[in-house]
Amino acid sequence: MIKSIIYVFLAISITFNLLGSFSLHRFPDVYTRLHGATKCTTFGTIFAVLAVIVHAIWQIKEIGDPKYLQMALHSLVALIALMLTNPTGAHAIAKAAHLSGYKPAKAVIDAYERKLRGEEA
Amino acid sequence: MIFAEFFYGAMAIALGAFITLIRIMLGPSVPDRVVGVDTLNTLVVAGMILLGAAYDRVIYIDIAIVYALLSYIGTLVIAKYLQGGLE
Repeated sequence: MIKSIIYVFLAISITFNLLGSFSLHRFPDVYTRLHGATKCTTFGTIFAVLAVIVHAIWQIKEIGDPKYLQMALHSLVALIALMLTNPTGAHAIAKAAHLSGYKPAKAVIDAYERKLRGEEA
Repeated sequence: MIFAEFFYGAMAIALGAFITLIRIMLGPSVPDRVVGVDTLNTLVVAGMILLGAAYDRVIYIDIAIVYALLSYIGTLVIAKYLQGGLE
């Protein structure tokens, strides 16, 4: 029962991580690549950490070693750090790419550029 | 004792890291490579957590926390440099 929950979480994690790395090759420019890669890898890592937490709680019930409580809490801290820092880094990369002159490919409306020129978006 | 499912999960994530590495080598512009490095950092953190569960070592997960925070600082510094700050 618990094994199958761990397998499902690991399968979701691996699927989304591989989709995130394939999306780097399937999208045309920087912004769409950033969109695909950042969202998919963050979602996949959330499920990898959930699998580890379920495994650790199961080991606490089976063996009763307090080392597994430490494993669950530390992976939770890693998950919180990743969820706080990953979207911020993606935002910084997108803003830096736009300010250093890389335009979106095939885009009709560029609202950020209009805002930079002082017009209403 | 090694938990085989976490080990093979970490191997699959390492395969994704190699696919990302191809984009870092090919990438036509500098922001493409930065996006690739950011993705690679997230994948390395996920793989390190899975390896820590596979080998029963909590210290691997602590290293993953430190790696996540340091790679975030690296990404911010590269972004600041790209947009022409740092005067």
